[in-house]
Amino acid sequence: MEPTNDQDPNYFHQVVDCQWACPAHTDVPGYIRLIAQGRFDDAYLLNRESNVFPGILGRVCDRPCEPACRRTRVDGNPVAICRLKRVASDLKGDIAAALPSAPDVKNGKRVALVGAGPASLSVANDLVPLGYDVTIFEKYDKAGGLMRVNIPEFRLPSEVLDAETQAIIDMGATIHYNSPVDSMRELLARDFDAVFVGVGAPKGKELELPGRHDDASGHIFIGIEWLKSVAFGHIESIGERVLIIGVGNTAMDCCRTSRRIGGVDVKVMARRPREYFKASPWELDDAEEEDIEITVNHSPKRFVIENGKLLGMEFDVVEWDEGARHSTVRETVIIPCDDVILAIGQENAFDWVERDLGIEFGEWETPVLDEVTLQSTLPHVFFGGDAAFGPKNIIWAVAQAHQAAISIDQFLRGEDVSVRPPVGMTLASQKMGMTEWSYHNEYNPSPRQKMHHVELTKRFAAIDLEVELGFDAEQTAHEVQRCLNCDVQTAFKANLCIECDACIDICPVRCLTITTNGDEADLRTRLNAPSVNPDQAIYVSAPLPQTGRVMVKDENVCVHCGLCAQRCPTAAWDMEKFELDIPYAGQYDILGKSRTDNILSRS
Amino acid sequence: MSSPTKPLIPLAILPKNDLGLTVRDYEGAMSTLCAGCGHDSVTAAITQMFFELSMPPRDIAKLSGIGCSSKTPTYFVRGAHGFNSAHGRMATIATGANAANRELTYIGISGDGDSLSIGIGHLSHLMRRNVNMVYVLENNGVYGLTKGQFSASADIGSRSKRGVPNVVAPIDPIMLGLSMGATFLARSFSGDKEQLIPLLKAAVAHKGMALIDVISPCVTFNDHEGSTKSYRFMREHEVKEIETDFVPWQQEISMPHVKDDAREVIMHDGSAVRFRSVPDGYDPHDRQKVEEYIRERHDRGEIATGLLYVNENSSDVHEMNNTPEIALSKVPFSKLCPGSSALAKLQEDFR
Repeated sequence: MEPTNDQDPNYFHQVVDCQWACPAHTDVPGYIRLIAQGRFDDAYLLNRESNVFPGILGRVCDRPCEPACRRTRVDGNPVAICRLKRVASDLKGDIAAALPSAPDVKNGKRVALVGAGPASLSVANDLVPLGYDVTIFEKYDKAGGLMRVNIPEFRLPSEVLDAETQAIIDMGATIHYNSPVDSMRELLARDFDAVFVGVGAPKGKELELPGRHDDASGHIFIGIEWLKSVAFGHIESIGERVLIIGVGNTAMDCCRTSRRIGGVDVKVMARRPREYFKASPWELDDAEEEDIEITVNHSPKRFVIENGKLLGMEFDVVEWDEGARHSTVRETVIIPCDDVILAIGQENAFDWVERDLGIEFGEWETPVLDEVTLQSTLPHVFFGGDAAFGPKNIIWAVAQAHQAAISIDQFLRGEDVSVRPPVGMTLASQKMGMTEWSYHNEYNPSPRQKMHHVELTKRFAAIDLEVELGFDAEQTAHEVQRCLNCDVQTAFKANLCIECDACIDICPVRCLTITTNGDEADLRTRLNAPSVNPDQAIYVSAPLPQTGRVMVKDENVCVHCGLCAQRCPTAAWDMEKFELDIPYAGQYDILGKSRTDNILSRS
Repeated sequence: MSSPTKPLIPLAILPKNDLGLTVRDYEGAMSTLCAGCGHDSVTAAITQMFFELSMPPRDIAKLSGIGCSSKTPTYFVRGAHGFNSAHGRMATIATGANAANRELTYIGISGDGDSLSIGIGHLSHLMRRNVNMVYVLENNGVYGLTKGQFSASADIGSRSKRGVPNVVAPIDPIMLGLSMGATFLARSFSGDKEQLIPLLKAAVAHKGMALIDVISPCVTFNDHEGSTKSYRFMREHEVKEIETDFVPWQQEISMPHVKDDAREVIMHDGSAVRFRSVPDGYDPHDRQKVEEYIRERHDRGEIATGLLYVNENSSDVHEMNNTPEIALSKVPFSKLCPGSSALAKLQEDFR
């Protein structure tokens, strides 16, 4: 193999599995170390730089980082990254002074944001400090979008939501509440230089089955509509027996909300077996902990209505073939209930965007966009979040918003939107002494800490009682040390190596091998520890000076303990902290570096 | 300065041997030798060797004397028996231990100072007696523990770290062994585990004293230009004409048979040492030829490595002394020491 180019930021970035998996590329190991040092403000701000809503995401993020976490390969469970994010948020002090604000002199460009959900607010977060005059149009009387109306308060307390949304508005954005945009034509006619659409995917999917529109339809609800009504206090109760159709995360919120406003016998009805559920595993666990029954292999057939009263729902009980592609009906059952909530998905609603404005729409009624720049076919209109490519999640919305903000900024400066600012990195040695490193390199065998919940008997007292209690100090202290510091990289200088084998002998996971070079498939068969994960790169050095062999490292199993660098007599190995320089809007034009650099000195 | 530890990380991908153990189970305490010391590589080779042989740690006894090399038994097979003896006396303790319990596998680790200076007399007699053990001589040409003076194995002309050349003739443990009647003599290099591990396995299988002289560079005092025992010097001057494979007796022999029968040696436990290549006219059974070959290479400034001499048809110390098949330590005390009346009767026989 050719020597690995570790000067390409993407090489070491992929080694930091969590950061690579995060759509917003949050510097996870960096903020976990700050938490370990008790620097909660800094940990929060480092989070905020990339993901904007640490308090919210520390509770309800979809956590793509956790399945990717290297710790899983060591002891089977990822670091509780999301929970630690919440620790930073819960324990931070007043960070208002550390947040950027709008400059006194604006740059004269006006940007309209439609909707005040995570996407629009993230765009505002990036553009307001640059001097843009940002105006947000929000349908409801509060900001937050789906975070407000679709996520129940027992998972996401309103104080957390209020604080993080208000912080952005307070930077100097203008927000008009109760101001739905009913016509794109009218909006475009107003004097805005750019428009960003972050309206989400607000329409719950309908389930057209016999009986859906009969007299009893007052007891049949659409999941996200129903959650919204509960959030605004329009619905305060539900029948004792509730059926939830669908098994995504919205279904989990619906069933758990039902338990809090009158539901006793709450069942979630799934068409397919458990391994095909869309809901996150931890949300399923939390629901089942609240005595919610999840029934598999039941395909809804019709609503059973007699004399204008909903009596139940009829299901086909099905059996699936391998891979759950084709099903066979085994029998039909009627399950009695008082109310039914349909939670089978959501979709975009762009009936307010006139189709003759130059904004093209694709076959699924979603806008035609450039996937990188998020620019629509009308050059000064941009989309982001669920409004762009259909329902995803908050962290994707934030990641897209950062890109859209870069595009809007470049567009309004008259620059080519398709030329993206470069991603950079810094590598800095962490050596402090013979066997000392500036990070906690020792492997800690602590198991993953379990989140404590409010007792079941007390949990349903109020609908806004947050179930998760957050980590206590001891749990935090254990959990932070489970992080393997994947961002502290093993950097190798082949010209210094004397091939004494010290690093190979000391490596506790045998991830190093000195051998003759070969192609990748061949090299992978000759490693000291079997190569079991072809998705993880193998590092190959330049030829070593004495024998011309190469140093090979399987990135899959390295635990970043630094022992190779500690045992190396010639300092051919070094532990160097990798910091990804993610470009944000306006970064390169104003100061030539990240806005947050001057307010946050990282460790 | 705190000493680093090597954490036990429960990685599922590490292979297991016949006993269900991973190589990590054959490790010992963390080495406190200098970073880059050749001895640590020898330790790693021994660890890997015992792992691959699936040897139960309780069946291993590891012994040593004094010196950097003699610290290393602590660093492998933490479950084995061990004895750290006085300077140069490892050979005597090993002889005694082997006499008392012939059922253990003995591995002694020594250095050029421990073996060739203070302990050379004991080493000579260990060879004569052919005590069944593996004797690893970690040879770096200097007294590392006392800051790098030349040892008895330093070559004439080899320079110290301060540039002073050595003028005293070296002792070659292989030549010593040839003259003392040793039955298994090998040389290797700490930086070449591919050669060292099969040699160690063959040494374990050998019935009798098996000496492996391992050139193991002292990274602190003898890894500079002008040294003849540095990593670079070894890599430039090592001659591996004699290549051997070790074939455990359980394993089906799938390699093509070598033509010359003399080049396959069946060890007493049924395993085989196969000479993959030897120089023309070389016979590892012929003491005189071996001596000639080593001298010739030495005069050319080359270091011949591999299994240089082997004699599997000799008696070990127990056969010479006609001791019981089972360990003396297992013979009932009443039989081992039949009492004063038996002694009186014995003495009476000599009157």
